[in-house]
Amino acid sequence: MTWFKRQSGDLEPSGEKKVRTEGLWVKCEDCRQIIWKKDLDANLNVCPKCQHHFRVDARTRLAQLLDDGEYTTDDLKLASTDPLKFTDLKKYSDRLTKTRKDTGLKDAIVNARGKLNGQPVIVSSMEYAFIGGSMGSVVGEAITRAVERATDLRIPLLIVSASGGARMMEGVISLMQLAKISAALARMDDARVPYISILTDPTTGGTTASFAMLGDLNIAEPGALIGFAGPRVIEQTIRQKLPGGFQRSEFLLEHGMLDAVVHRKDLKNYIARALEFMMPN
Amino acid sequence: MDSAEQSKRELEDIERQVRHLEKAAGENQDARRQLQTLQEQIEALRRQVTTHLGPWQRTELARHPQRPYTLDYIERIFADWSEIHGDRGFSDDPAIVCGMAKFHGEDVAVIGTQKGRDAKQRVYRNFGMPNPEGYRKALRVMRIAEKFRRPIFTLVDTPGAYPGLGAEERGQAEAIAHNLREMARLRVPIVATITGEGGSGGALAIAVADRVLMMENSIYSVISPEGCASIMWRDASKRELAAAAMKITAEDLSQFRLVDEVVPEPPGGAQNDWDAAARMLDERLQANLAQLKAKSPEELAAQRYDKFRGIAQAFTE
Ligand SMILES: [Zn+2]
Repeated sequence: MTWFKRQSGDLEPSGEKKVRTEGLWVKCEDCRQIIWKKDLDANLNVCPKCQHHFRVDARTRLAQLLDDGEYTTDDLKLASTDPLKFTDLKKYSDRLTKTRKDTGLKDAIVNARGKLNGQPVIVSSMEYAFIGGSMGSVVGEAITRAVERATDLRIPLLIVSASGGARMMEGVISLMQLAKISAALARMDDARVPYISILTDPTTGGTTASFAMLGDLNIAEPGALIGFAGPRVIEQTIRQKLPGGFQRSEFLLEHGMLDAVVHRKDLKNYIARALEFMMPN
Repeated sequence: MDSAEQSKRELEDIERQVRHLEKAAGENQDARRQLQTLQEQIEALRRQVTTHLGPWQRTELARHPQRPYTLDYIERIFADWSEIHGDRGFSDDPAIVCGMAKFHGEDVAVIGTQKGRDAKQRVYRNFGMPNPEGYRKALRVMRIAEKFRRPIFTLVDTPGAYPGLGAEERGQAEAIAHNLREMARLRVPIVATITGEGGSGGALAIAVADRVLMMENSIYSVISPEGCASIMWRDASKRELAAAAMKITAEDLSQFRLVDEVVPEPPGGAQNDWDAAARMLDERLQANLAQLKAKSPEELAAQRYDKFRGIAQAFTE
Protein backbone atom coordinates (compact mmCIF):
# COMPACT_ATOMS: atom_id res chain seq x y z
CA MET A 1 0.00 0.00 0.00
CA THR A 2 1.06 3.54 -0.60
CA TRP A 3 2.58 5.64 2.10
CA PHE A 4 0.21 8.48 1.44
CA LYS A 5 -2.93 6.43 1.89
CA ARG A 6 -2.15 5.80 5.53
CA GLN A 7 -1.33 9.47 6.05
CA SER A 8 -4.58 10.65 4.57
CA GLY A 9 -6.44 8.11 6.71
CA ASP A 10 -4.84 9.61 9.82
CA LEU A 11 -5.99 13.04 8.82
CA GLU A 12 -9.56 12.04 8.17
CA PRO A 13 -11.07 12.62 11.64
CA SER A 14 -10.61 16.38 11.27
CA GLY A 15 -13.47 16.13 8.79
CA GLU A 16 -12.53 19.20 6.79
CA LYS A 17 -10.61 19.80 3.57
CA LYS A 18 -10.82 16.15 2.59
CA VAL A 19 -8.60 16.19 -0.45
CA ARG A 20 -8.56 12.85 -2.26
CA THR A 21 -4.88 12.26 -2.47
CA GLU A 22 -5.09 8.47 -2.42
CA GLY A 23 -3.23 6.87 -5.31
CA LEU A 24 -1.56 10.10 -6.38
CA TRP A 25 1.72 9.06 -4.83
CA VAL A 26 3.60 5.81 -4.74
CA LYS A 27 6.61 4.74 -2.82
CA CYS A 28 9.38 3.13 -4.88
CA GLU A 29 9.84 -0.47 -3.77
CA ASP A 30 13.54 -0.10 -4.35
CA CYS A 31 14.83 3.35 -3.39
CA ARG A 32 11.88 4.01 -1.01
CA GLN A 33 11.45 7.52 -2.36
CA ILE A 34 8.02 8.99 -2.92
CA ILE A 35 7.09 9.47 -6.56
CA TRP A 36 4.18 11.25 -8.21
CA LYS A 37 2.04 8.55 -9.80
CA LYS A 38 1.77 10.81 -12.85
CA ASP A 39 5.55 11.01 -13.16
CA LEU A 40 5.78 7.25 -12.86
CA ASP A 41 3.20 6.69 -15.61
CA ALA A 42 4.91 9.21 -17.86
CA ASN A 43 8.17 7.33 -17.31
CA LEU A 44 6.79 3.92 -18.44
CA ASN A 45 6.37 2.88 -14.80
CA VAL A 46 10.08 3.13 -14.16
CA CYS A 47 11.21 5.00 -11.04
CA PRO A 48 12.64 8.34 -12.27
CA LYS A 49 14.99 8.36 -9.28
CA CYS A 50 16.54 4.88 -9.25
CA GLN A 51 15.33 3.29 -12.53
CA HIS A 52 13.53 0.50 -10.68
CA HIS A 53 11.14 -1.16 -13.13
CA PHE A 54 7.67 -1.45 -11.64
CA ARG A 55 5.49 -4.33 -12.79
CA VAL A 56 2.93 -3.31 -15.39
CA ASP A 57 -0.30 -5.06 -16.23
CA ALA A 58 -0.80 -6.87 -19.53
CA ARG A 59 -2.70 -4.10 -21.27
CA THR A 60 -0.43 -1.28 -20.12
CA ARG A 61 2.43 -3.35 -21.48
CA LEU A 62 0.77 -3.63 -24.88
CA ALA A 63 0.05 0.10 -24.93
CA GLN A 64 3.69 0.84 -24.09
CA LEU A 65 5.09 -1.49 -26.74
CA LEU A 66 2.79 -0.86 -29.67
CA ASP A 67 2.64 2.22 -31.88
CA ASP A 68 0.26 4.89 -30.57
CA GLY A 69 -0.78 2.43 -27.86
CA GLU A 70 -3.11 0.84 -30.39
CA TYR A 71 -3.81 -2.84 -30.80
CA THR A 72 -6.55 -5.37 -31.44
CA THR A 73 -7.04 -8.39 -29.21
CA ASP A 74 -7.61 -12.09 -29.90
CA ASP A 75 -8.70 -15.13 -27.88
CA LEU A 76 -9.99 -13.11 -24.93
CA LYS A 77 -12.98 -15.39 -24.48
CA LEU A 78 -10.96 -18.43 -23.54
CA ALA A 79 -11.92 -19.49 -20.01
CA SER A 80 -10.83 -22.40 -17.83
CA THR A 81 -13.32 -25.18 -17.12
CA ASP A 82 -11.64 -26.03 -13.79
CA PRO A 83 -11.05 -29.55 -15.10
CA LEU A 84 -9.92 -31.05 -11.77
CA LYS A 85 -12.64 -29.32 -9.72
CA PHE A 86 -9.70 -28.24 -7.61
CA THR A 87 -10.10 -27.11 -4.04
CA ASP A 88 -7.48 -26.18 -1.49
CA LEU A 89 -8.34 -23.74 1.29
CA LYS A 90 -10.51 -22.07 -1.34
CA LYS A 91 -12.22 -23.38 -4.43
CA TYR A 92 -10.28 -22.73 -7.61
CA SER A 93 -13.56 -21.75 -9.27
CA ASP A 94 -14.02 -19.04 -6.62
CA ARG A 95 -10.47 -17.83 -7.13
CA LEU A 96 -11.17 -17.59 -10.85
CA THR A 97 -14.38 -15.65 -10.31
CA LYS A 98 -12.71 -13.17 -8.01
CA THR A 99 -9.60 -12.61 -10.06
CA ARG A 100 -11.67 -12.25 -13.24
CA LYS A 101 -13.60 -9.50 -11.55
CA ASP A 102 -10.44 -7.83 -10.24
CA THR A 103 -8.55 -7.90 -13.52
CA GLY A 104 -11.34 -7.72 -16.07
CA LEU A 105 -9.71 -10.67 -17.84
CA LYS A 106 -10.79 -14.30 -18.24
CA ASP A 107 -7.25 -15.51 -17.62
CA ALA A 108 -3.63 -14.45 -17.25
CA ILE A 109 -3.00 -13.51 -20.87
CA VAL A 110 -3.86 -10.95 -23.52
CA ASN A 111 -3.18 -11.79 -27.16
CA ALA A 112 -2.86 -8.77 -29.38
CA ARG A 113 -1.90 -7.52 -32.82
CA GLY A 114 -0.42 -4.16 -33.55
CA LYS A 115 2.61 -2.42 -34.97
CA LEU A 116 5.99 -1.82 -33.44
CA ASN A 117 7.82 1.04 -35.13
CA GLY A 118 5.70 0.30 -38.18
CA GLN A 119 6.39 -3.43 -38.22
CA PRO A 120 3.31 -5.63 -37.71
CA VAL A 121 3.74 -7.89 -34.68
CA ILE A 122 1.73 -10.43 -32.71
CA VAL A 123 2.08 -10.10 -28.96
CA SER A 124 1.14 -12.34 -26.06
CA SER A 125 1.22 -10.31 -22.88
CA MET A 126 0.96 -12.07 -19.53
CA GLU A 127 -1.00 -10.72 -16.58
CA TYR A 128 0.79 -11.29 -13.30
CA ALA A 129 -2.17 -10.05 -11.27
CA PHE A 130 -4.18 -13.04 -12.48
CA ILE A 131 -3.20 -15.86 -10.07
CA GLY A 132 0.47 -14.95 -10.32
CA GLY A 133 0.43 -15.08 -14.10
CA SER A 134 0.25 -18.83 -13.78
CA MET A 135 -0.13 -20.99 -16.85
CA GLY A 136 -3.05 -23.39 -17.09
CA SER A 137 -4.92 -24.61 -20.12
CA VAL A 138 -6.10 -21.13 -21.13
CA VAL A 139 -2.70 -19.45 -21.07
CA GLY A 140 -1.25 -22.50 -22.84
CA GLU A 141 -3.89 -22.44 -25.53
CA ALA A 142 -3.74 -18.68 -26.02
CA ILE A 143 0.02 -18.67 -26.41
CA THR A 144 -0.10 -21.68 -28.74
CA ARG A 145 -2.65 -19.87 -30.89
CA ALA A 146 -0.48 -16.77 -30.96
CA VAL A 147 2.48 -18.92 -32.05
CA GLU A 148 0.44 -20.63 -34.76
CA ARG A 149 -1.06 -17.34 -35.94
CA ALA A 150 2.36 -15.74 -36.17
CA THR A 151 3.70 -18.76 -38.03
CA ASP A 152 0.81 -18.87 -40.51
CA LEU A 153 0.81 -15.12 -41.17
CA ARG A 154 4.61 -14.87 -41.04
CA ILE A 155 4.37 -12.01 -38.56
CA PRO A 156 6.98 -11.78 -35.78
CA LEU A 157 5.89 -12.89 -32.33
CA LEU A 158 6.66 -11.24 -29.01
CA ILE A 159 5.78 -12.93 -25.74
CA VAL A 160 6.04 -10.79 -22.63
CA SER A 161 6.37 -13.13 -19.65
CA ALA A 162 5.32 -12.27 -16.11
CA SER A 163 4.51 -15.55 -14.49
CA GLY A 164 5.15 -17.80 -11.53
CA GLY A 165 4.99 -20.88 -13.77
CA ALA A 166 2.50 -23.69 -14.27
CA ARG A 167 -0.83 -23.36 -12.48
CA MET A 168 -1.10 -25.96 -9.73
CA MET A 169 -4.88 -25.96 -9.74
CA GLU A 170 -4.96 -27.57 -13.16
CA GLY A 171 -2.34 -30.19 -12.31
CA VAL A 172 -0.66 -32.04 -15.17
CA ILE A 173 -2.98 -30.28 -17.59
CA SER A 174 -0.90 -27.19 -16.82
CA LEU A 175 2.34 -29.11 -17.20
CA MET A 176 1.32 -30.30 -20.66
CA GLN A 177 0.98 -26.70 -21.82
CA LEU A 178 4.79 -26.50 -21.70
CA ALA A 179 5.02 -29.29 -24.24
CA LYS A 180 2.20 -27.90 -26.36
CA ILE A 181 3.69 -24.41 -26.66
CA SER A 182 7.22 -25.73 -27.18
CA ALA A 183 6.02 -27.98 -29.99
CA ALA A 184 4.36 -25.01 -31.68
CA LEU A 185 7.58 -23.05 -31.27
CA ALA A 186 9.50 -25.84 -32.97
CA ARG A 187 7.29 -25.38 -36.04
CA MET A 188 7.70 -21.63 -35.87
CA ASP A 189 11.45 -22.11 -35.73
CA ASP A 190 11.30 -24.43 -38.77
CA ALA A 191 9.28 -21.76 -40.60
CA ARG A 192 11.95 -19.14 -39.72
CA VAL A 193 9.46 -16.65 -38.35
CA PRO A 194 11.03 -14.46 -35.63
CA TYR A 195 10.13 -14.91 -31.98
CA ILE A 196 11.46 -12.55 -29.33
CA SER A 197 10.93 -13.49 -25.70
CA ILE A 198 10.74 -10.64 -23.23
CA LEU A 199 11.19 -11.72 -19.64
CA THR A 200 9.87 -9.38 -16.98
CA ASP A 201 9.61 -9.53 -13.22
CA PRO A 202 8.97 -12.30 -12.28
CA THR A 203 9.42 -15.17 -14.73
CA THR A 204 9.91 -18.51 -13.04
CA GLY A 205 9.05 -22.22 -13.09
CA GLY A 206 7.42 -23.79 -16.11
CA THR A 207 7.18 -20.48 -17.94
CA THR A 208 10.94 -20.04 -17.90
CA ALA A 209 11.38 -23.76 -18.58
CA SER A 210 9.45 -23.50 -21.83
CA PHE A 211 8.60 -20.58 -24.12
CA ALA A 212 10.34 -17.80 -22.16
CA MET A 213 13.74 -19.37 -22.87
CA LEU A 214 12.98 -20.35 -26.47
CA GLY A 215 13.08 -17.02 -28.27
CA ASP A 216 15.41 -16.36 -31.15
CA LEU A 217 16.39 -13.72 -28.66
CA ASN A 218 15.62 -13.85 -24.95
CA ILE A 219 15.78 -10.37 -23.48
CA ALA A 220 14.86 -9.15 -20.02
CA GLU A 221 14.07 -5.96 -18.20
CA PRO A 222 16.58 -4.87 -15.54
CA GLY A 223 16.25 -6.41 -12.10
CA ALA A 224 13.65 -9.02 -13.05
CA LEU A 225 13.54 -12.25 -11.05
CA ILE A 226 14.14 -15.04 -13.55
CA GLY A 227 14.72 -18.67 -12.76
CA PHE A 228 13.49 -22.21 -12.74
CA ALA A 229 13.10 -22.90 -9.03
CA GLY A 230 11.91 -20.19 -6.68
CA PRO A 231 14.51 -18.66 -4.35
CA ARG A 232 12.83 -20.09 -1.25
CA VAL A 233 12.85 -23.64 -2.60
CA ILE A 234 16.55 -23.31 -3.45
CA GLU A 235 17.38 -21.96 -0.01
CA GLN A 236 15.56 -24.87 1.59
CA THR A 237 17.36 -27.35 -0.66
CA ILE A 238 20.90 -26.07 -0.26
CA ARG A 239 20.35 -24.81 3.32
CA GLN A 240 22.13 -21.53 2.83
CA LYS A 241 21.27 -17.93 2.03
CA LEU A 242 21.39 -17.00 -1.61
CA PRO A 243 23.86 -14.33 -2.73
CA GLY A 244 22.47 -10.87 -3.48
CA GLY A 245 21.32 -10.43 -7.06
CA PHE A 246 20.91 -14.18 -7.55
CA GLN A 247 18.36 -14.97 -10.29
CA ARG A 248 18.10 -11.34 -11.32
CA SER A 249 18.37 -10.35 -15.00
CA GLU A 250 21.93 -9.11 -14.61
CA PHE A 251 22.94 -12.40 -12.97
CA LEU A 252 21.50 -14.37 -15.89
CA LEU A 253 23.20 -12.09 -18.40
CA GLU A 254 26.52 -12.63 -16.65
CA HIS A 255 25.99 -16.41 -16.79
CA GLY A 256 25.19 -16.36 -20.48
CA MET A 257 21.50 -17.11 -20.16
CA LEU A 258 20.14 -13.91 -21.73
CA ASP A 259 20.88 -12.11 -24.96
CA ALA A 260 20.43 -8.69 -23.43
CA VAL A 261 19.07 -6.76 -20.48
CA VAL A 262 17.18 -3.80 -21.87
CA HIS A 263 15.78 -0.75 -20.08
CA ARG A 264 12.05 -0.34 -20.65
CA LYS A 265 12.54 2.93 -22.49
CA ASP A 266 14.84 1.18 -24.97
CA LEU A 267 12.76 -1.96 -25.36
CA LYS A 268 10.83 -0.90 -28.46
CA ASN A 269 13.91 0.17 -30.34
CA TYR A 270 15.83 -2.92 -29.38
CA ILE A 271 13.04 -5.15 -30.66
CA ALA A 272 12.61 -3.09 -33.82
CA ARG A 273 16.32 -3.39 -34.52
CA ALA A 274 16.21 -7.15 -34.02
CA LEU A 275 13.16 -7.59 -36.25
CA GLU A 276 14.87 -5.59 -38.97
CA PHE A 277 17.71 -8.12 -38.77
CA MET A 278 15.33 -11.07 -38.83
CA MET A 279 12.75 -10.04 -41.41
CA PRO A 280 13.47 -10.18 -45.14
CA ASN A 281 13.80 -6.75 -46.74
CA MET B 1 -10.62 -47.99 8.82
CA ASP B 2 -11.22 -48.33 5.07
CA SER B 3 -11.04 -51.64 3.27
CA ALA B 4 -7.65 -50.91 1.70
CA GLU B 5 -6.14 -50.14 5.07
CA GLN B 6 -7.68 -53.29 6.50
CA SER B 7 -6.31 -55.41 3.68
CA LYS B 8 -2.92 -53.83 4.22
CA ARG B 9 -2.92 -54.78 7.91
CA GLU B 10 -4.05 -58.32 7.15
CA LEU B 11 -1.37 -58.57 4.54
CA GLU B 12 1.36 -57.47 6.90
CA ASP B 13 0.11 -59.98 9.45
CA ILE B 14 0.20 -62.88 7.00
CA GLU B 15 3.59 -61.82 5.68
CA ARG B 16 4.92 -62.02 9.23
CA GLN B 17 3.48 -65.53 9.63
CA VAL B 18 5.04 -66.61 6.35
CA ARG B 19 8.47 -65.40 7.33
CA HIS B 20 8.11 -67.27 10.59
CA LEU B 21 6.93 -70.45 8.85
CA GLU B 22 9.64 -70.32 6.23
CA LYS B 23 12.23 -70.49 8.96
CA ALA B 24 10.42 -73.29 10.82
CA ALA B 25 9.15 -75.35 7.89
CA GLY B 26 12.29 -77.05 6.64
CA GLU B 27 11.29 -80.30 4.92
CA ASN B 28 8.00 -80.61 6.79
CA GLN B 29 5.36 -81.26 4.07
CA ASP B 30 2.49 -80.04 6.19
CA ALA B 31 4.16 -76.73 6.90
CA ARG B 32 5.07 -76.42 3.20
CA ARG B 33 1.41 -76.83 2.24
CA GLN B 34 0.37 -74.20 4.79
CA LEU B 35 3.02 -71.92 3.39
CA GLN B 36 1.66 -72.40 -0.12
CA THR B 37 -1.86 -71.44 0.98
CA LEU B 38 -0.61 -68.37 2.78
CA GLN B 39 1.37 -67.23 -0.24
CA GLU B 40 -1.75 -67.44 -2.38
CA GLN B 41 -3.60 -65.35 0.16
CA ILE B 42 -0.81 -62.80 0.02
CA GLU B 43 -1.12 -62.48 -3.75
CA ALA B 44 -4.85 -61.95 -3.51
CA LEU B 45 -4.53 -59.39 -0.74
CA ARG B 46 -1.78 -57.52 -2.56
CA ARG B 47 -4.05 -57.26 -5.55
CA GLN B 48 -6.85 -55.99 -3.35
CA VAL B 49 -4.59 -53.48 -1.66
CA THR B 50 -3.31 -51.98 -4.91
CA THR B 51 -6.68 -51.75 -6.62
CA HIS B 52 -8.01 -49.67 -3.73
CA LEU B 53 -5.04 -47.42 -3.18
CA GLY B 54 -5.57 -43.70 -2.74
CA PRO B 55 -3.41 -41.03 -4.42
CA TRP B 56 -1.13 -40.66 -1.42
CA GLN B 57 -0.60 -44.39 -1.08
CA ARG B 58 0.25 -44.50 -4.78
CA THR B 59 2.74 -41.72 -4.17
CA GLU B 60 4.37 -43.80 -1.46
CA LEU B 61 4.56 -46.78 -3.80
CA ALA B 62 5.98 -44.63 -6.59
CA ARG B 63 8.71 -43.58 -4.15
CA HIS B 64 9.16 -47.02 -2.60
CA PRO B 65 12.86 -47.52 -1.81
CA GLN B 66 12.75 -51.04 -3.24
CA ARG B 67 11.13 -50.03 -6.51
CA PRO B 68 13.14 -50.94 -9.61
CA TYR B 69 15.06 -47.98 -11.02
CA THR B 70 16.10 -47.21 -14.57
CA LEU B 71 19.25 -49.36 -14.57
CA ASP B 72 17.27 -52.26 -13.07
CA TYR B 73 14.84 -52.10 -15.96
CA ILE B 74 17.63 -51.68 -18.48
CA GLU B 75 19.34 -54.79 -17.14
CA ARG B 76 16.16 -56.83 -17.54
CA ILE B 77 14.66 -55.47 -20.74
CA PHE B 78 17.65 -54.54 -22.88
CA ALA B 79 20.87 -56.25 -23.94
CA ASP B 80 24.35 -54.95 -24.81
CA TRP B 81 23.89 -51.78 -22.74
CA SER B 82 26.67 -49.36 -23.50
CA GLU B 83 26.58 -46.09 -21.60
CA ILE B 84 27.22 -42.67 -23.12
CA HIS B 85 28.41 -39.93 -20.76
CA GLY B 86 28.66 -36.18 -20.59
CA ASP B 87 27.07 -33.06 -22.05
CA ARG B 88 30.26 -31.85 -23.82
CA GLY B 89 29.93 -28.57 -21.98
CA PHE B 90 30.30 -28.91 -18.27
CA SER B 91 30.09 -32.41 -16.81
CA ASP B 92 28.51 -35.83 -16.72
CA ASP B 93 25.32 -35.88 -14.69
CA PRO B 94 24.87 -39.20 -12.87
CA ALA B 95 21.17 -38.40 -12.28
CA ILE B 96 20.51 -39.21 -15.93
CA VAL B 97 21.88 -42.29 -17.64
CA CYS B 98 22.01 -42.57 -21.42
CA GLY B 99 23.22 -45.27 -23.71
CA MET B 100 22.97 -47.62 -26.63
CA ALA B 101 21.24 -50.95 -26.17
CA LYS B 102 19.60 -53.81 -28.02
CA PHE B 103 15.88 -54.18 -27.68
CA HIS B 104 14.91 -57.65 -28.90
CA GLY B 105 17.80 -57.51 -31.31
CA GLU B 106 17.22 -53.96 -32.47
CA ASP B 107 19.53 -51.02 -31.73
CA VAL B 108 17.87 -48.34 -29.64
CA ALA B 109 18.83 -45.43 -27.39
CA VAL B 110 17.77 -45.57 -23.76
CA ILE B 111 17.66 -42.52 -21.52
CA GLY B 112 16.46 -42.39 -17.96
CA THR B 113 16.70 -40.59 -14.69
CA GLN B 114 18.51 -42.68 -12.11
CA LYS B 115 18.02 -42.85 -8.36
CA GLY B 116 20.50 -44.45 -5.97
CA ARG B 117 19.73 -47.45 -3.82
CA ASP B 118 21.94 -46.93 -0.75
CA ALA B 119 22.95 -43.74 1.04
CA LYS B 120 26.15 -43.28 -0.94
CA GLN B 121 24.49 -44.00 -4.28
CA ARG B 122 21.60 -41.73 -3.49
CA VAL B 123 23.95 -38.82 -3.01
CA TYR B 124 25.95 -39.78 -6.12
CA ARG B 125 22.74 -39.85 -8.19
CA ASN B 126 21.54 -36.65 -6.52
CA PHE B 127 18.32 -38.44 -5.52
CA GLY B 128 17.43 -38.70 -9.19
CA MET B 129 17.28 -34.92 -9.63
CA PRO B 130 19.11 -33.88 -12.80
CA ASN B 131 21.16 -30.76 -13.32
CA PRO B 132 21.08 -28.94 -16.67
CA GLU B 133 23.95 -31.12 -17.89
CA GLY B 134 21.75 -34.20 -17.52
CA TYR B 135 19.11 -32.78 -19.82
CA ARG B 136 21.73 -31.61 -22.29
CA LYS B 137 23.36 -35.03 -22.29
CA ALA B 138 19.96 -36.61 -22.88
CA LEU B 139 19.29 -34.41 -25.89
CA ARG B 140 22.76 -35.02 -27.25
CA VAL B 141 22.14 -38.76 -27.17
CA MET B 142 18.68 -38.35 -28.68
CA ARG B 143 20.29 -36.48 -31.57
CA ILE B 144 22.73 -39.33 -32.11
CA ALA B 145 19.79 -41.73 -32.17
CA GLU B 146 17.96 -39.53 -34.67
CA LYS B 147 20.98 -39.27 -36.91
CA PHE B 148 21.28 -43.04 -37.11
CA ARG B 149 17.52 -43.64 -37.20
CA ARG B 150 17.30 -45.49 -33.90
CA PRO B 151 14.20 -45.41 -31.71
CA ILE B 152 14.40 -43.82 -28.30
CA PHE B 153 13.08 -45.13 -25.00
CA THR B 154 13.02 -42.91 -21.96
CA LEU B 155 12.39 -44.03 -18.39
CA VAL B 156 11.32 -41.36 -15.96
CA ASP B 157 11.59 -41.55 -12.19
CA THR B 158 12.55 -38.20 -10.70
CA PRO B 159 11.29 -35.94 -7.94
CA GLY B 160 12.07 -33.13 -10.38
CA ALA B 161 14.90 -31.09 -11.84
CA TYR B 162 17.39 -30.14 -9.14
CA PRO B 163 16.59 -26.77 -7.53
CA GLY B 164 20.18 -25.83 -6.77
CA LEU B 165 22.37 -22.77 -7.09
CA GLY B 166 24.62 -24.19 -9.78
CA ALA B 167 21.64 -25.56 -11.67
CA GLU B 168 20.21 -22.06 -11.90
CA GLU B 169 23.57 -20.56 -12.89
CA ARG B 170 23.94 -23.05 -15.70
CA GLY B 171 20.40 -22.62 -17.01
CA GLN B 172 18.15 -25.35 -15.67
CA ALA B 173 15.14 -23.68 -17.25
CA GLU B 174 16.84 -23.25 -20.60
CA ALA B 175 17.98 -26.86 -20.65
CA ILE B 176 14.45 -28.14 -20.01
CA ALA B 177 12.85 -25.73 -22.47
CA HIS B 178 15.31 -26.70 -25.15
CA ASN B 179 14.55 -30.40 -24.72
CA LEU B 180 10.80 -29.80 -24.94
CA ARG B 181 11.14 -28.02 -28.25
CA GLU B 182 13.68 -30.40 -29.76
CA MET B 183 11.95 -33.60 -28.69
CA ALA B 184 8.79 -32.33 -30.37
CA ARG B 185 10.52 -32.47 -33.75
CA LEU B 186 12.81 -35.49 -33.51
CA ARG B 187 12.25 -37.77 -36.47
CA VAL B 188 12.49 -41.15 -34.76
CA PRO B 189 10.01 -43.02 -32.56
CA ILE B 190 10.07 -42.03 -28.88
CA VAL B 191 8.38 -44.02 -26.14
CA ALA B 192 8.47 -42.51 -22.65
CA THR B 193 7.53 -44.39 -19.51
CA ILE B 194 6.93 -42.84 -16.13
CA THR B 195 8.21 -45.66 -13.93
CA GLY B 196 8.05 -43.96 -10.52
CA GLU B 197 7.88 -40.24 -9.86
CA GLY B 198 7.12 -37.96 -12.77
CA GLY B 199 8.26 -34.74 -11.18
CA SER B 200 7.01 -31.81 -13.25
CA GLY B 201 9.18 -30.10 -15.88
CA GLY B 202 12.13 -32.20 -14.82
CA ALA B 203 10.22 -35.28 -15.95
CA LEU B 204 8.59 -33.77 -19.02
CA ALA B 205 12.04 -32.71 -20.28
CA ILE B 206 12.62 -36.32 -21.37
CA ALA B 207 8.97 -37.28 -21.91
CA VAL B 208 7.79 -35.41 -24.99
CA ALA B 209 7.17 -38.66 -26.81
CA ASP B 210 4.96 -40.39 -29.36
CA ARG B 211 3.71 -42.62 -26.59
CA VAL B 212 3.70 -41.79 -22.91
CA LEU B 213 3.14 -44.76 -20.63
CA MET B 214 2.71 -44.77 -16.89
CA MET B 215 3.40 -47.71 -14.65
CA GLU B 216 0.36 -48.59 -12.56
CA ASN B 217 1.84 -47.19 -9.34
CA SER B 218 3.67 -44.22 -10.75
CA ILE B 219 2.64 -40.59 -10.34
CA TYR B 220 2.96 -37.58 -12.60
CA SER B 221 2.50 -34.12 -11.18
CA VAL B 222 3.09 -30.44 -11.81
CA ILE B 223 4.55 -30.04 -8.30
CA SER B 224 5.17 -32.54 -5.50
CA PRO B 225 2.22 -33.09 -3.14
CA GLU B 226 4.38 -31.62 -0.37
CA GLY B 227 5.19 -28.55 -2.44
CA CYS B 228 1.57 -28.03 -3.40
CA ALA B 229 0.46 -28.46 0.23
CA SER B 230 2.96 -25.96 1.56
CA ILE B 231 1.91 -23.36 -1.00
CA MET B 232 -1.85 -23.87 -1.21
CA TRP B 233 -2.52 -25.07 2.35
CA ARG B 234 0.53 -23.34 3.86
CA ASP B 235 1.18 -26.67 5.55
CA ALA B 236 3.34 -29.40 4.00
CA SER B 237 1.65 -32.04 6.11
CA LYS B 238 -1.49 -31.60 4.00
CA ARG B 239 0.29 -33.59 1.28
CA GLU B 240 -2.41 -36.26 1.17
CA LEU B 241 -5.04 -33.65 0.36
CA ALA B 242 -2.75 -32.11 -2.25
CA ALA B 243 -2.05 -35.50 -3.83
CA ALA B 244 -5.77 -36.12 -4.17
CA ALA B 245 -6.61 -32.64 -5.43
CA MET B 246 -3.97 -32.59 -8.17
CA LYS B 247 -4.99 -35.91 -9.77
CA ILE B 248 -1.58 -37.44 -10.08
CA THR B 249 -2.15 -41.20 -10.36
CA ALA B 250 -1.81 -43.21 -13.55
CA GLU B 251 -5.51 -43.93 -13.46
CA ASP B 252 -6.40 -40.22 -13.13
CA LEU B 253 -4.07 -39.11 -15.89
CA SER B 254 -5.28 -41.84 -18.15
CA GLN B 255 -8.86 -40.69 -17.61
CA PHE B 256 -7.87 -37.15 -18.55
CA ARG B 257 -6.12 -38.63 -21.60
CA LEU B 258 -2.86 -37.01 -20.59
CA VAL B 259 -1.03 -40.32 -20.95
CA ASP B 260 -1.57 -43.05 -23.51
CA GLU B 261 -1.43 -46.18 -21.47
CA VAL B 262 -1.15 -47.60 -17.96
CA VAL B 263 1.31 -50.49 -17.64
CA PRO B 264 0.19 -53.06 -15.05
CA GLU B 265 2.53 -54.03 -12.26
CA PRO B 266 2.88 -57.32 -10.37
CA PRO B 267 0.55 -57.73 -7.36
CA GLY B 268 1.30 -55.17 -4.68
CA GLY B 269 3.62 -53.15 -6.88
CA ALA B 270 6.82 -53.37 -8.90
CA GLN B 271 8.94 -53.47 -5.73
CA ASN B 272 7.68 -56.99 -5.02
CA ASP B 273 8.94 -58.55 -8.23
CA TRP B 274 11.38 -56.66 -10.43
CA ASP B 275 11.53 -59.36 -13.08
CA ALA B 276 7.79 -59.48 -13.48
CA ALA B 277 7.55 -55.68 -13.58
CA ALA B 278 10.22 -55.58 -16.28
CA ARG B 279 8.45 -58.29 -18.30
CA MET B 280 5.17 -56.40 -18.15
CA LEU B 281 6.82 -53.17 -19.25
CA ASP B 282 8.81 -54.93 -21.95
CA GLU B 283 5.65 -56.29 -23.49
CA ARG B 284 4.08 -52.83 -23.75
CA LEU B 285 7.27 -51.26 -25.07
CA GLN B 286 7.40 -53.87 -27.82
CA ALA B 287 3.78 -53.33 -28.80
CA ASN B 288 4.11 -49.55 -28.91
CA LEU B 289 7.39 -49.55 -30.79
CA ALA B 290 5.95 -51.90 -33.41
CA GLN B 291 3.10 -49.48 -34.07
CA LEU B 292 5.41 -46.48 -34.29
CA LYS B 293 7.89 -48.16 -36.59
CA ALA B 294 5.19 -48.51 -39.21
CA LYS B 295 5.11 -44.73 -39.59
CA SER B 296 7.33 -42.52 -41.71
CA PRO B 297 9.47 -39.83 -39.99
CA GLU B 298 7.10 -37.16 -41.35
CA GLU B 299 4.04 -38.97 -40.04
CA LEU B 300 5.69 -39.44 -36.68
CA ALA B 301 6.55 -35.77 -36.26
CA ALA B 302 3.12 -34.66 -37.45
CA GLN B 303 1.28 -37.04 -35.15
CA ARG B 304 3.45 -36.12 -32.19
CA TYR B 305 2.61 -32.50 -32.82
CA ASP B 306 -1.11 -33.24 -33.03
CA LYS B 307 -0.91 -35.30 -29.87
CA PHE B 308 0.54 -32.49 -27.76
CA ARG B 309 -1.52 -29.87 -29.57
CA GLY B 310 -4.70 -31.70 -28.74
CA ILE B 311 -4.23 -32.83 -25.16
CA ALA B 312 -4.90 -30.88 -21.98
CA GLN B 313 -7.62 -28.75 -23.54
CA ALA B 314 -9.73 -27.53 -20.64
CA PHE B 315 -11.36 -24.30 -21.74
CA THR B 316 -14.51 -22.85 -23.21
CA GLU B 317 -14.80 -19.87 -25.49
ZN1 LIG C 1 13.25 4.14 -7.03
